[in-house]
Amino acid sequence: MLIAVLIPLIFAIIVPYLSKFKQKVHTGIFVFFIPFSIFLYFIRFVGSDFEPVRQTYNWIPSLGINFDFYLDGLSLLFVLLISGIGSLVVLYSVYYLHVSERLGHFYLYLLMFMTAMLGVVLSDNVFVLYTFWELTSISSFLLIGYWHYRERSRYGAQKSMLITVFGGLSMLGGLVLLSNITGTTSIQAMIAQVDVILANDYLPLIMAFILLGAFTKSAQFPFHIWLPDAMEAPTPVSAYLHSATMVKAGIFLIARFSPIFSGYEWFFIVVSIVGIVTLCWASYMAVRQTDLKGILAFSTISQLGMIMAMLGFGTGAAVFAAVFHILNHATFKGSLFMIAGIIDHETGTRDIRKLGGLFTFMPMTGILAIFGTFSMAGIPLPFLNGFYSKEAFFASTLELESTGNAIASFLVEAIPYLAVFGSIFTFVYSMYLFFGVFTGPAKLDKLKTKPHEAPIGMLVSPFILVLGVIVIGLFPNLFNGTFLIHAAEAVNSTVELEKLKFWHGFITPLFMSLAVVGIGIVFYLTRQKWSNIYHVLPGKLSFNKVYDYIIKKLDDVSAKITDSYMTGSLKTYMTIILATILVVTTFFMVVTGGFTISTDNLAEVTFIEIAVVLVITIAAIATIFTNSKLGAILITGVVGYGVATLFVIYRAPDLALTQLVIETVSVALFLLCFYHLPKLRKRTEKASTKLGNAVISIGFGALMTIIAISAHSTDWFEPISNYFIETSYKLGGGHNIVNVILVDMRGLDTLFEITVLGIAALAIVSLIKLRHDKEAK
Amino acid sequence: MTDNLLDVTETILDITLFISFIAISLSLILLLIRMLKGPTNPDRAVALDTIGINLMGVAALLAIYLITPNLNDVILLIAILAFLGTVAIAKYLEKGVIIDRDMD
Repeated sequence: MLIAVLIPLIFAIIVPYLSKFKQKVHTGIFVFFIPFSIFLYFIRFVGSDFEPVRQTYNWIPSLGINFDFYLDGLSLLFVLLISGIGSLVVLYSVYYLHVSERLGHFYLYLLMFMTAMLGVVLSDNVFVLYTFWELTSISSFLLIGYWHYRERSRYGAQKSMLITVFGGLSMLGGLVLLSNITGTTSIQAMIAQVDVILANDYLPLIMAFILLGAFTKSAQFPFHIWLPDAMEAPTPVSAYLHSATMVKAGIFLIARFSPIFSGYEWFFIVVSIVGIVTLCWASYMAVRQTDLKGILAFSTISQLGMIMAMLGFGTGAAVFAAVFHILNHATFKGSLFMIAGIIDHETGTRDIRKLGGLFTFMPMTGILAIFGTFSMAGIPLPFLNGFYSKEAFFASTLELESTGNAIASFLVEAIPYLAVFGSIFTFVYSMYLFFGVFTGPAKLDKLKTKPHEAPIGMLVSPFILVLGVIVIGLFPNLFNGTFLIHAAEAVNSTVELEKLKFWHGFITPLFMSLAVVGIGIVFYLTRQKWSNIYHVLPGKLSFNKVYDYIIKKLDDVSAKITDSYMTGSLKTYMTIILATILVVTTFFMVVTGGFTISTDNLAEVTFIEIAVVLVITIAAIATIFTNSKLGAILITGVVGYGVATLFVIYRAPDLALTQLVIETVSVALFLLCFYHLPKLRKRTEKASTKLGNAVISIGFGALMTIIAISAHSTDWFEPISNYFIETSYKLGGGHNIVNVILVDMRGLDTLFEITVLGIAALAIVSLIKLRHDKEAK
Repeated sequence: MTDNLLDVTETILDITLFISFIAISLSLILLLIRMLKGPTNPDRAVALDTIGINLMGVAALLAIYLITPNLNDVILLIAILAFLGTVAIAKYLEKGVIIDRDMD
């Protein structure tokens, strides 16, 4: 199974080489065999005696991260969708994309995406699942931005990336929490420990995190905004990613984790509300679109909302209907996208206002579109699969039982009405999509080219998908026992196999369907009259504006924050650094009780020490207030010599020698570059700034003093100096202990300090000698 | 008798040291005042030079006080450095630079 998952990625490596021959053979033809062979590999598993298959390949066993592949009914459904529709999309793209396009890039991204998606649905390991999940986001980003020279493409790619990666990261948070609680990284093992998870205090957080991941990926309200903008991608990509596979990854995630969360009452409430709201809002918005792909994008969102709602219901019937609709939606939506692509390809526009009366020019496409759109609308005809899933949806909304929670019981009452409401708009935009494009007067003057029928190769893929629509419509039970029931069982083990029938008798779901069709026809015919409502709702409200506002504000606010402290003034940085050290260190010293002052083991203070310290102190203070530059340098020299005297007093002749030399050299250096030193000016700062500087500097000095005193007062360990005193001559062969330490016991430090001096000398030479500006030449 | 003589010598030495320390400290503080007041930079330069000489004295007194020969190097070094420093400052005050550029 590992090979099946990774083969698209491996093949993607050689795609750029194959694309060199694109003038002779379209690269897509080579690529086609990859998804098709994967499809053939997985189709073997279909059968009524299907048992889940598990395979493990080690990756990082020490962290419990392995390629654990678990093929159950749900994965199988998705795998077949991915590889099956993948094959058709590749076939379609062979005719859709001209060889002058960058085919190598296109198929590389597409194959990358295929691996990612197969990995998502087959992974049992949560971290591997997350890895593949992000790979779908990245490859989707690349595919949306395929025509990267278009501004809208880049905008759409960035938007989808930001939103889906935001969700992906929050999902990672949920997965980490889950694996911490259960102590395992396997989803199936987590499902076995469902009691532990349900009893955990973090359950709401985990669920929120994982649902965020699923909702953003599946374009649920209010994260649906990226999907319409993703329509800038080439149409095969839209058909594949944004109708059949990637957007269903969120659905898959919910289905995969619903055995864990379905015991939690908020799961029903949140998922159902989000699903139903998405269904209604997106189908309402779809009617307003003028771009064919825009309509289809909002239609996808609303259908995904419907599936999401059914998964939220969680009853056996609802789950079965959801699984059934996943299959149905993939068939008719895939074909519709391809048809939209054909229309775009043959007429040069996707604007529905410029299209009309195409049936006479493109009869084949028109016939295919009838099945797709009517199935999407859920019209009660026995050869349309959309009707069965819609009726199953209605039936499942009626079967809901209240759990006692007030919100839940309200939902149970409201959901059937909302479902009908959303479906009415679904009907309206489906009809608009078909009749607006294929009937009415042809507006040939608005089209660039005279429309004509698509090449036969382009029609093959939508034809096969429409064939699927019809076959499932005519024989709705064809796949149930062998295939779909296993998928539903993976979500909810109480699902029972029911026979789907076209005619159930006069029951409520039928009346709901008839109401949808009846009201839908009225709404469709009077569309012009009520279309003003869109000026009221959404009117100026739009989640796109919210998104743009957030992005812009993030930029602005972070720029403001950065500008506020990155002023370019060293004085400001110094103030910030010192103030931070002052505050943080004081805080921690106080909290940990670090300030201890004891007067034990203090040495006696002698007169000469006091005198020298007095001189140093006066000189140090004088440097701050002196007005003469040369004076400041010389007074600094006094401080240095004073320190040297202290070294003498404390019996450190080597230090004293060095200090004297260094101090003299420093003073000489100051004088050397005296001309370049800044003039001492009267500071023109505000009094408050001066006060702040004084507070910080005095506070910092006080802090360091107290820390030094505390360090001296806390004597934790015996000093190691006795060892040096004893062994300096014995081991080092020298009486000068300091020098023995410097070159013998701790010689390495000396080596690198020599290096530092060498580097400093070289740096000074380069600074002075090497000038690249023109003046130096 | 010998012990007694030693004791007396030591006491005299201690007293002398003490007086010397006080004197040299006073001298340092007075020099410091000259250093701070100026009024001209040559005043300060002379003050710094004299501080150097005084430091030699401090080091020498300390060597006696601490009974160690290890500070003799320090005394010599201060002498050299004070000379060098004073020359450098003097040259700076006179010519504005310490190291002349080649005349080419």
